[in-house]
Amino acid sequence: MTTGSVAAFERSLAAVDATSTTVTPDEFADALEAAIETPAVGAPLPFDDVSLAETSVTLDPPRSTLQEAACGVTGSPLGIAELGTVAVESTAGGDELISLYPERHVAVVRASDVEPDLTAAFGWLSEQFERGRQSFVFATGPSATGDMGALVRGAHGPATEHVIIIEPHE
Amino acid sequence: MSEHEHTRAEGSNGLGGTEHNELRENTQLFNKQRYEAVARVEDYEAYRTQAREIKEAAIERLPDLIEQTRQAVEANGGSVYVAEDAADANQHIEGLLDEKGADSVVKSKSMTTEEIHLNDALEAADVDVWETDLGEFVIQLAKEKPSHIVGPALHISREEITELFEAEFDPEEPLDTAERLTRFARDYLGERIDAADVGITGANFVLAESGSIVLVTNEGNARKCASIPDTHVAVAGIEKIVPSIDELHPFVEILSRASNGQDITQYLSMLTPPVETPAVDFRSDDDPTMSDADGERAFHLVLIDNGRMAMRDDEDLRETLYCIRCGACANSCANFQHVGGHEFGGETYTGGIATGWEAGIEGLDVAGEFNDLCTGCSSCVNACPVKIDIPWINTVVRDRRNHSEAPSYSDVLVDGLVPDAEPAGTPLQKRFFGNFETVAKLGSATAPLSNAIAGTGIARAAMERLVGVDARRDLPTFERATLVEWARDRPAQVTDPERRVVLYPDVYTNYVQTERGRAAVRVLEALGCSVTVPAVCGSGRAPLSQGLVSTARSKAETVADTLGGYVEEGDDVVVVEPSDYAMFQREYENLLDESAYDRLAANSYDVFEFVYGCLQNGADSSALQGPTGEGVAYHSHCQQRTLGVESYTEAVLDELGYDVVTSDVECCGMAGSFGYKTEYYDVSMDVGSDLADQFEPVAGERTVVASGTSCIEQLDSLLRVESRHPIQLLAPN
Ligand code: SF4
Repeated sequence: MTTGSVAAFERSLAAVDATSTTVTPDEFADALEAAIETPAVGAPLPFDDVSLAETSVTLDPPRSTLQEAACGVTGSPLGIAELGTVAVESTAGGDELISLYPERHVAVVRASDVEPDLTAAFGWLSEQFERGRQSFVFATGPSATGDMGALVRGAHGPATEHVIIIEPHE
Repeated sequence: MSEHEHTRAEGSNGLGGTEHNELRENTQLFNKQRYEAVARVEDYEAYRTQAREIKEAAIERLPDLIEQTRQAVEANGGSVYVAEDAADANQHIEGLLDEKGADSVVKSKSMTTEEIHLNDALEAADVDVWETDLGEFVIQLAKEKPSHIVGPALHISREEITELFEAEFDPEEPLDTAERLTRFARDYLGERIDAADVGITGANFVLAESGSIVLVTNEGNARKCASIPDTHVAVAGIEKIVPSIDELHPFVEILSRASNGQDITQYLSMLTPPVETPAVDFRSDDDPTMSDADGERAFHLVLIDNGRMAMRDDEDLRETLYCIRCGACANSCANFQHVGGHEFGGETYTGGIATGWEAGIEGLDVAGEFNDLCTGCSSCVNACPVKIDIPWINTVVRDRRNHSEAPSYSDVLVDGLVPDAEPAGTPLQKRFFGNFETVAKLGSATAPLSNAIAGTGIARAAMERLVGVDARRDLPTFERATLVEWARDRPAQVTDPERRVVLYPDVYTNYVQTERGRAAVRVLEALGCSVTVPAVCGSGRAPLSQGLVSTARSKAETVADTLGGYVEEGDDVVVVEPSDYAMFQREYENLLDESAYDRLAANSYDVFEFVYGCLQNGADSSALQGPTGEGVAYHSHCQQRTLGVESYTEAVLDELGYDVVTSDVECCGMAGSFGYKTEYYDVSMDVGSDLADQFEPVAGERTVVASGTSCIEQLDSLLRVESRHPIQLLAPN
């Protein structure tokens, strides 16, 4: 993943009304605290170098906490630079519900997992399906509706979305 | 009165009412955004081709794919049921709910469940059903039917929704903004989703290999319906199956762009149920964590035939099954933009492709109720992301409808008079318009007497009563000397021609607007071409528009025979009237054998396309008439746009130094016989008002020109000034 593609990803995110920050693994904890709103719930991140363990995010939340949380944090196995898309996987950790219930969704994605476009993303999907990982949502910006007479963010899903992009140390 | 008529009447508040304003604005915006979104993608055409090929192949091997889907879903732990018809499907779904003891259901928008009237069936079985898509929720509260495949409530204004919500829920705070309405609906429906026993969704695609379903939404409600209740029932037509995840890509590239101009939908869910997401019981009093949640997930896929297998065997309706329900055909259709899906739609489906769906699912009668609103203008042809020939489906259904009428006494009267190949029972009005060539021949032979008689009040009243020609519309004036006769008597002008041209004398140019034909001949001669105007019949456009397919076919064969002979000698065929040019380029493919079609299509040209070619190849433009002071206001023809030849006129006029303003509305609203028919006169004028709004202010300062006969006739009734064909500007004196 080149810096140019990260920049393209950031631009696409902005175009779909999502905000983003790009940080190194060391900077992650601070960036996360700055991005979330509390109370926040989360699903375990599928990465080695960053985690939610030492943060104020509640992992494995009870049902009532999930319903009341202001923010949900999930890790994404894939980003799409051209579209500003992040993938949410259906996992036992509850990514789907956590990314969907609260008003704010914070997605964490590694720069190395950002594919340039939909063609590359489908190449990736095809591999995942081969391996038996077969339930993903491609989420592009916060949820939206035009059904009430004007475009409104936050229909059934989150009203705001923030993406933290982790870039490896130089 | 059927239930259908009942809701349609309720849903419609008259031409020009709020319903139509909302619809017009929304569909025109979607259509504009589609143009922009498509223009941003380099490979869009390639994706269209790919998508089409995938659908063709998938429908071809549909029985295999259904079986493969069944095996995959069952291997994942779900169930599959293929329902023969609506009753079968509803009964099965009720059985599933019974088994689970479910009495509440949340639904995500699904046209397939509209098609089988699932909500009515469930409510009759005492199940609470909530639509969670906000547009669908509005429709549910209003007790209406969707007016658009994609935006069910597109016809209802924000103010009307506020009124509806406040009356229904009596909220503490006023719901007077889109934000407040959305917030209210989200909270209200959120509680229902959390408390529901079962979630029912549609499926935009089903992947046979993995047993996955694909859901395309912006709101996130489909995700909630699929993942919050522990039981998920997906209901989809059998035609939604594609082989595997690998075939999904092109559809994702085209679907949202075609639909409303988004590059991609907010949420593209590819789920292979039962999913890993923990089945949290949102109704329990306990407060388990996600990892404690011990609910079991269940998944049921209900695939619906309901006439689709029969459509698959029907050569002409088969294409309908390739439809991915994007709504672009509706958005691109001027008539739809103005009347909406309650009028331009059947029991379930709306817009251009609705004819195919309703004919296949409900039968010819339902399709026939709105089929005539398709004028065959072909605007939807390039809009459709899977390249369905929607106008052809409409024509075929019209043809079948014509033949399903019982013969009546008027057939005895008409049979001897009209030379068509149609059986008795074909509606009189359709035979009249379909045989316009006979009328024109007669009218020309007896002109000017015929014109004088046709202009009298008695004649107009009789025509209105007998064949439904609206008395408010001016009739064409027939010329005594036809173009063919004029050309025959004219000595050869070019002795050593650069090119040899056959000018096709379409019915209007030959009998009514001979001046534009004479102008075309003089222009071509000025560019160094020898011109022949052969005596040949009409292209078949008129009968085709009326659904008289066999009559159209026999005309097509005669025309292709005559003109083909010239082509073989090396002549080029030039066509003045765009709707006839479109016959040669598009419709003849369905009417002629391949070689006859190819020969004519490859060697025929729109008159300005041909002039442009001559000028590019070094012909001297100074031989043509340049601007005389006034600017020009130009309206091209819808079929020129579909074929991509509309810009030649502008290019030629530009090159000659004309100052041209082009109309940005695509449709004049007339489309041949359409605006002449009493029942469509008002729609035609309403559609035309967009063009009038643009041209009326400039009509005093500019010469108004239009390529199509119908467009000219429409402009003449919309504007204070007369318009003509642009070729008449160029003709040297
Ligand atoms: S026919 Fe084509 S344009 Fe119309 S809804 Fe279906 S896919 Fe879309």
